[in-house]
Amino acid sequence: MEETLKIVVLVKHVPDAQFDRHLNGEGNTADRDESILSELDEYALEAALQLAEARGGSKAGNQVIALSMGPAGAVNAVKKSLQMGATEGVHLTDEALAGSDAAATSLALAAAVRHLGDVDLVITGMASTDGETSLVPAQAERLGLPQVTFASTLEVDGGRLTARRDADTSSETVEAPLPAVVSVTDQINEPRYPNFKGIIAAKRKSISTLSLADIGVDPAQVGFAGSWTTVTSAEQRPPRTAGTIITDEGDAGIKLVDFLAAQKLL
Amino acid sequence: MALNGALSDGAAATFAEYGVGNILHPSAQDLDDFLVAPKAAYLAAAAEATGAGIVLLDNSPEGKEIAARLGIRLNAGVITDVVGVDQDGTAHKSVLAGSYTTACKATTPVTVLTLKANNVTPEPAAAPTSPGTATVEVPAAAAAARITAREQKVASGRPDLTDARIVVAGGRGMDGDFGPVEQLADALGAAVGASRAATDAGWISHDAQVGQTGKTVSPQLYISAGISGAIQQKAGMQTSKVIVAINKDAESPVFEIADFGIIGDVFDVLPQATAEIKKRKG
Repeated sequence: MEETLKIVVLVKHVPDAQFDRHLNGEGNTADRDESILSELDEYALEAALQLAEARGGSKAGNQVIALSMGPAGAVNAVKKSLQMGATEGVHLTDEALAGSDAAATSLALAAAVRHLGDVDLVITGMASTDGETSLVPAQAERLGLPQVTFASTLEVDGGRLTARRDADTSSETVEAPLPAVVSVTDQINEPRYPNFKGIIAAKRKSISTLSLADIGVDPAQVGFAGSWTTVTSAEQRPPRTAGTIITDEGDAGIKLVDFLAAQKLL
Repeated sequence: MALNGALSDGAAATFAEYGVGNILHPSAQDLDDFLVAPKAAYLAAAAEATGAGIVLLDNSPEGKEIAARLGIRLNAGVITDVVGVDQDGTAHKSVLAGSYTTACKATTPVTVLTLKANNVTPEPAAAPTSPGTATVEVPAAAAAARITAREQKVASGRPDLTDARIVVAGGRGMDGDFGPVEQLADALGAAVGASRAATDAGWISHDAQVGQTGKTVSPQLYISAGISGAIQQKAGMQTSKVIVAINKDAESPVFEIADFGIIGDVFDVLPQATAEIKKRKG
């Protein structure tokens, strides 16, 4: 294969779903003290690694760059990516980024991608488990690139990509010229676990830290100041409580129907 | 009303009944052959031509993606998953797996909102309108992904999972046999859902998955059968109005949030309930 690829994988740290999640502080943003590499981003990284390896990997000049934006904790997502096999890591961090919505986040990430030079593909995981669902299309629009979301297969040949998208009632095959922005589903592959060799190799790989000044973004365009939406109020719902629990004594199916009838659900 | 595709007589009559003032058509006929980008370009041109302050889209996956690109094109704040809109454009939504309700507002001159189904009741206008029509010039498309093939899947005849009033979902405890779940669902006119364990095992289509990496549902009634109810599953269903859980294991976390829980064998309870419902419904 002649072509080499330069792929940026966006990785984020998300509040770990195993912990209680809360909306806190200025702007009611998610509290991220306890966070991990988003499980869904591992599929994106695996897809990038497979494309690079099919072309001879880093020895042949293919690059897989893990890019994460956020406070200090975000670097953990980059480190994990390097252990899995990314060739380099980039951590975009700036105090002014706090509170960025999808519009502001996409602005910063698009500027960071441009800063990295001629990128062939930007790959992300499917919508993260927190609130940032609009990021891929917003970023593609910022970069003026085609987008392919929810790809369950992804192939690249001759400067074009082919992907399959599965929806509830139909499947689509789509084609787009590179460069392009792609999000992949959890059906696309089985992400590898970092092995001992990968963990050792990761220690020698560099993580560059970028600030907004490095990528030419005015701090006023991002963060709370640059966000186009604001959360004016947030109320915690009272937690659900357990109701009636019975043990089946041979008639639980009937009691279930009695319950549904009493709730007017039949 | 910015249309894509042909306007049927029935739709035209409905638009008039509900008070649509103007119907816009795109200059390009092939928008459906591409993913998202050209549709966002069309809507941006439509919003600019009409001076719209609020653009509303459906909350489908594509609707949300069009909204995201549209927001960048119009420098407009985008709010998705909206369940209600106030007169001043404040949007209401439910976030973090339903544990919070928030009110959001765009700080920009134009607001883009995507509305969830079944939350706003359509009301006819006081007097029907006779909408005018106009064509909107769609800007020459930048590079976009083109759909080269479409394959229809077989329809189940059951309601759509995300909009269904009742969902019956099965998990690991179904042990490869979704028959009892499907039979109860059909007796109730419900959609069939599943936990990730069940879809990963291949017992049922991936489309049926409810939870963190699947669909979020909020039906009037959610019946959980043989699902332990880990947080990833709860994230997709805990805003359901009434939750019923059946599981052999009394320690299953799903019982913590169930309004009615049955510790028992799904292969006894589900068929008995199905037969009883059929009997009562005659």
